[in-house]
Amino acid sequence: MKQLAKLFLVFAKIGVMTFGGGYAMIPFLERELVEKRSWTTSEELMDYYAVGQCTPGVIAVNTATFVGQSMAGVPGGIAATLGIVFPSLVIICVIAGILTNFADLPAVKSAFAGIRVCVCVLIFNAVVKLWKKAVPDKAALALCLAVFVLSAFFNLSPVLFVLCCAAAGILFTQWGVRGR
Amino acid sequence: MIYLRLFFEFFKTGLFAVGGGMATLPFLYSMSDTTGWFSHGQLADMVAVSESTPGPIGVNMATYVGFTTAGVPGALVATLGLVTPSVIIILIIARVLQAFRSNKYVDAAFYGLRPCSVGLIAAAGLLVVKIAVLNTELYAQTGVLADLFNLKALLLAAVLLLLTRGIRQTKKLHPIVFILASAAAGVLFSF
Repeated sequence: MKQLAKLFLVFAKIGVMTFGGGYAMIPFLERELVEKRSWTTSEELMDYYAVGQCTPGVIAVNTATFVGQSMAGVPGGIAATLGIVFPSLVIICVIAGILTNFADLPAVKSAFAGIRVCVCVLIFNAVVKLWKKAVPDKAALALCLAVFVLSAFFNLSPVLFVLCCAAAGILFTQWGVRGR
Repeated sequence: MIYLRLFFEFFKTGLFAVGGGMATLPFLYSMSDTTGWFSHGQLADMVAVSESTPGPIGVNMATYVGFTTAGVPGALVATLGLVTPSVIIILIIARVLQAFRSNKYVDAAFYGLRPCSVGLIAAAGLLVVKIAVLNTELYAQTGVLADLFNLKALLLAAVLLLLTRGIRQTKKLHPIVFILASAAAGVLFSF
């Protein structure tokens, strides 16, 4: 029980320090889990992170579940996961509660109109960053463009694309199209 | 029963969104279309707040959408829905970690899933561009092509692109800096 509480608290701390998630999280994980507590090694952490990236869901959550379960089994995985989402729950509920009261002020509307432009640029930058790793050859490029066009112009569920592309990845690999 | 639906929608998102927090974005747009719980514009604002607050961005967006839809219990239900598939899948994979990492079918499936994720996120980005930079309503009224583009917004976008991609000294700055600067620009130049 004590260990579960500790897992919860350490991952809540990591949740507070993680701004934006993803790669920003690695240095904090290293410091909290490897250097300060020796709960895991750098190599193991990179393994967890790599698997966390190529399994569904939020990478930070996947990594937390992994570390928690390696420390204390299934309850450990759950405690670490609840820990990492706890700060988000509190902080976002407070901010969302405040913002809804001020959403109709002209100044707030103008501020968010400016922020939306910034969100476009941030999403664009995220796409460029992912692109470098995700599109290694022409077959992947074709897949990416097909998904972009179909999803931009037709109202189709993203689930459909995910299932088709997983199948396409396996077929392309078997047919030898991959890598060309 | 809104909580059950919220849980189910976010369970689906957590199960199929591959490639981290931003990968949940296309699912949230699809959710906006099918449920009508929140608008595309609201979603763009939620992305901004989620990027500027502590915590993984995917979790923040789920919490925010849940809160907007059904208050604090909604936030809790949406977030639990999002992480439940992760927990189940990771707990299974943890037992067969080596086999999973070296399985050729898993590797092949992810070869297809990664470009899929990029395409979906880019298409979701286009929806934000439509709200932030284009005046589709004004254009529909006047039919003048120049009215379609919001010039102030285009200018801001160009400056931000330069700062986040072109200039070495500002490239590494945290996104929150650019978000705050854009908010200030929005107020100063009354967007």
